[in-house]
Amino acid sequence: MSILKIDSVTKSYANHTALNNVSFEIPTGCIFGLLGPNGAGKTSLIRIITQITGADSGAIYFKGERLKPEHIRDMGYLPEERGLYKKMRVGEQLLYLAQLKGLNKAEATTRIKKWVDRFEIRDWLGKNIEDLSKGMQQKVQFIASVLHEPSLIILDEPFSGFDPINANLIKDEILSLRDRGASIIFSTHRMESVEELCDNIALINKSQKVLDGSVKEVRDTYRTDTFQVIGNGQLLILSPDFQVLEQHENHGVFRANIKLLNGAKPNDLLRYLIERVELHSFIELVPSINDIFIRKVKETHHA
Amino acid sequence: MHKIWLIVQREYTTRVRKKSFIVMTLITPLLFAAFMIVPAWLATVSDGAETVMVLDESGLFADKLQDRENLKFVPLQGTLDQVKTVYKETDNTALLHIPDLDISDPEGITIYSKKNTSLQTQIRLENILEKEIENQRLIASGIERATLEKMKPDLNIAAVNLSAEGEKDNNAIVTSVAGIAGAVVIYFFIFLYGVQIMRGVIEEKTNRIVEVVISSVKPFQLMMGKIVGIAAVGLTQFLLWVVLSFVVVTGVQAAFGIKPAPTPIEQLAAGRVAATGEEEEQVEKQAADSDAARMMSDAMNAVANLNIPLILGCFLFYFLGGYLLYGSLFGAIGAAVDNETDTQQFMFPITIPLVISFIMSYTIILKNPDGPVAFWMSVIPFTSPIVMMVRVPFGVPAWELLLSMALLIAGFVFTTWLAGRIYRVGILMYGKKVNYKELSKWLFYRV
Repeated sequence: MSILKIDSVTKSYANHTALNNVSFEIPTGCIFGLLGPNGAGKTSLIRIITQITGADSGAIYFKGERLKPEHIRDMGYLPEERGLYKKMRVGEQLLYLAQLKGLNKAEATTRIKKWVDRFEIRDWLGKNIEDLSKGMQQKVQFIASVLHEPSLIILDEPFSGFDPINANLIKDEILSLRDRGASIIFSTHRMESVEELCDNIALINKSQKVLDGSVKEVRDTYRTDTFQVIGNGQLLILSPDFQVLEQHENHGVFRANIKLLNGAKPNDLLRYLIERVELHSFIELVPSINDIFIRKVKETHHA
Repeated sequence: MHKIWLIVQREYTTRVRKKSFIVMTLITPLLFAAFMIVPAWLATVSDGAETVMVLDESGLFADKLQDRENLKFVPLQGTLDQVKTVYKETDNTALLHIPDLDISDPEGITIYSKKNTSLQTQIRLENILEKEIENQRLIASGIERATLEKMKPDLNIAAVNLSAEGEKDNNAIVTSVAGIAGAVVIYFFIFLYGVQIMRGVIEEKTNRIVEVVISSVKPFQLMMGKIVGIAAVGLTQFLLWVVLSFVVVTGVQAAFGIKPAPTPIEQLAAGRVAATGEEEEQVEKQAADSDAARMMSDAMNAVANLNIPLILGCFLFYFLGGYLLYGSLFGAIGAAVDNETDTQQFMFPITIPLVISFIMSYTIILKNPDGPVAFWMSVIPFTSPIVMMVRVPFGVPAWELLLSMALLIAGFVFTTWLAGRIYRVGILMYGKKVNYKELSKWLFYRV
């Protein structure tokens, strides 16, 4: 069963459409990449899921039920624009936000202790937020969004503003949250982290869903049967089954991108090459999600 | 409900812990106490007797200028220039030169001093000389001062209210003070804490915390929690002020044996006495003293005659009602803008009814507490919290009071609804300059 099902959701504001008939499903227990360029409608969709605003039409189902106010307790949200009460102490702030999510005080306190120990920030509990660095504040906010152990966690650009060490720390936490059964929506326009983290993705552009599916499926769909070959020797391809797209040569070492045609298999190419040159490397050129993203965004742009 | 309570608690505890709150709460009673005590203290500490040297060339005042409290006269002889040199060598306050003058046209009296003479000293000397010249003139026309005093009437009109409950002493001054005091407190409370609501909302908005919070609670709950929390802060501060002022004033009194300066009621009652000046003949002074005493007892009677429970009850009602009515509007302004500098255009229409009712209270309402202006302004919810407070001590028909209260409740339900609609859209709207047309659209947005 999917944790979240988005069914033909449309939302428009006074002078523009933020979401136009968007539908997709988010499987339970996966990290779901919600991708799209700036202004595509990601934040609008997230705000509808978190019930900050409502959709004009369409419906959202959470664990099979139509979305209702009680579901907020079971969701955690880390907005892209981070913010905490500046004049409030870290401990109190976490407690307050956890209580707003419906946790009782005792339970919230024990969980806060657990998390601050994990992030090694116990010393900060008595400090005011304004005395913390930006990265520290982000850690606090990350904790706030997962303290109540929601089954759906929505992270809007979670890595922005983190140094690589802390970004890794957060990445590990996201993975371990998933392993403990939570589903995570990970909204971003930066693709590097997507392939590493996401199981499934949906791409939104100009208020419409452009594609969705598991990362593997998506990439398979965009395979071009192109291989990069590096080796020694004189590369000369005369077979109609193989097309050389690009070729460089440097001190007897060549590098070429070769596309398979007429249903030829990679092994056919390999066999063909082994007889003629000394092979050093043979890699399939699979489009990265980044390439697909750029390609699809450009396509819809021209459409 | 539970969540609103959490928000109220947060608003309350973070604000009460702020340094600015603690400082304000401690300093205001001290200022207030200082305001009460310092004048009294100054009055008990004499500035040191002033000595005025006198060169009386007319011979008219020779034995008449007798030493008084804090004022000594030293008669001198000689020419003006001689006397000036003598004066310069002393520490005396001033040199009074009375030339040879005609009693019917006293001109040319001059005060010389090393520093500027204080206005007080000058007025005092003028009073003394005027009285003396008046005496001389009376003698010249054959009238004795004592005869004249006997002819002066001493009148005090007692005002009595004839109402269903029987006769009541009525003292317009006391009643006015009671009404105005309540109105002033409500006026300032609405402004001080209304602006705090606005700032709080702007802070949450610019901090972007609002997005996290309203993914847990409804915007309306957040707004109401803030309004109620800040009301609690205001009441706390107000109570602390009353208690601390009382403690400080009584403490200082006990420590130094100083009586506080007269309260406004006493001052008003004593006003007539003060106006006649202090350099009165002893007889007149006694008369004035008894006059003041009578007015004081009148005032005390009037205070006793005020319907204190009703006034206090109304005060609490209009205090909270007015705050809630305006508080939600202040909250809506906070939600509509991105920073405090943009609030001006929206603050204006909110400030106007408050300021107008405040000014009207002093003028039209006090003069005619039962007139049509007073009636309408005390019934319309935007002005009633202030205007009705002024009217209540004068006695207001029950139906008017009930109508005003009902309308105030309806009013704040309406403004809260209105503010809630603006708030829920505004808090998520960033970087957009908003005007009234835009705001009116928000009212009907489906969010």
